[in-house]
Amino acid sequence: MGDSAYSFSLTTFSRTGKLLQIEYALNAVANGRTSLGICAKDGVVIATDKKLSSTLVDLDQVSKIQKINEGSGFVYSGLGPDYRVLVRKARKSSQSYHLQYREHKPVSQLVKSTASVMQEYTQSGGVRPFGVSLLVAGVDADKSPRLYQVDPSGAYFAWKATAVGKNYINAKNFLEKRYQDDMELEDAIHTALLTLREGFEGEMTKDNIEVGVVSQADGKFRALTPDQIQDYLDETS
Amino acid sequence: MSILEYNGAAIIAMAGKDCVGIACDTRLGAQAQTVACDFRKVFKMSDKIFVGLAGLATDVLTMQNLLKFRQNLYELREDRELTPKVFSNVLSNLLYEKRFGPYFIEPVVAGLDENNQPFLSGMDLIGAPVYTDDFVVTGTATANMYGMCETLYKKDMEPDQLFETLSQALLASLDRDALSGWGATVHIITKDGVTSRELKGRMD
Repeated sequence: MGDSAYSFSLTTFSRTGKLLQIEYALNAVANGRTSLGICAKDGVVIATDKKLSSTLVDLDQVSKIQKINEGSGFVYSGLGPDYRVLVRKARKSSQSYHLQYREHKPVSQLVKSTASVMQEYTQSGGVRPFGVSLLVAGVDADKSPRLYQVDPSGAYFAWKATAVGKNYINAKNFLEKRYQDDMELEDAIHTALLTLREGFEGEMTKDNIEVGVVSQADGKFRALTPDQIQDYLDETS
Repeated sequence: MSILEYNGAAIIAMAGKDCVGIACDTRLGAQAQTVACDFRKVFKMSDKIFVGLAGLATDVLTMQNLLKFRQNLYELREDRELTPKVFSNVLSNLLYEKRFGPYFIEPVVAGLDENNQPFLSGMDLIGAPVYTDDFVVTGTATANMYGMCETLYKKDMEPDQLFETLSQALLASLDRDALSGWGATVHIITKDGVTSRELKGRMD
């Protein structure tokens, strides 16, 4: 990867000024399963649908929501294997940061370095862009809750609420109507589940969705257990 | 002759009530010959962080620049100030990177943390840190300074009293060490600001 035989980039400009490889990567993301996130005033929630091709798949073993460091977690839409590479790199970079500074890497710094990695893969020799858009949830150094989206191009955006993947336009419209600036984390979790249900094919249960939460109170990211998800599902129906 | 004793230095950092003090001598020598009497070894990194670097003078200057470099990058990237604890760890990390060809300095870090409480740390030349709540010393007169500090130190001194204690401890230690002396500078750091004073001592 990126050795002398492939010292030229595979991502090059078209006449109209586009980087088609990145456009195609975004298509891959748009075909992926929906993920969404909401930033409340006292925390952040991210959620995704983890339906897979067959009922024979052991869903318990699938884990799309991943903790990166104490205060941050990722979820994605797009290519799972590409996502896992990014998760590995992000975890390593968080640990390097901790070695140097003896502090947890703030979510804004994590986003910048992950975005930087994704950008490298659009310019380095012999590699292709990552086929994922990440949603990053965390509580930053100044204790403020943050939600970021990172795209295959390496561009990143801070959001109050957003969705990526299949059906993201409808999901975002739904979120736009429901979002309030002074929303609390509990409300945000309910809204996230309602939004996920909007575009869900079939019945949404505790086993075919995943939810990750970080609250401002303790600043720790955690993925909810199926039982915890069931409690929230019961509340929303 | 140890390389750490070539230029000579004496630095003490002490904690008081909601304040810290850090003081150094100002001699620069080439073994027995005195070359300068205005070579300060304590550097202000920010209003709340001071670092004292004792050892080989060239490494003192290099490390001062390296620390400033790292501090600037951190503050630009993170859009926030370094805290003393994090700064101390950066320094420790920098030193350990050169584990098998070290910088010949033994630093001390003195500062006020986010709650304006005193922070003190000292390290050896390869970055092994020690965190204390009373005082840290480094340089060529450490035996003298440890004795003086242990005797004169009291907990929760106000800034003025801290200044007196720190100054007396340093001055007495300098006089019995051939390689340090020729003037001294003392900084007292509180949440309201820093007071720096020059001490009048024996110029020998």
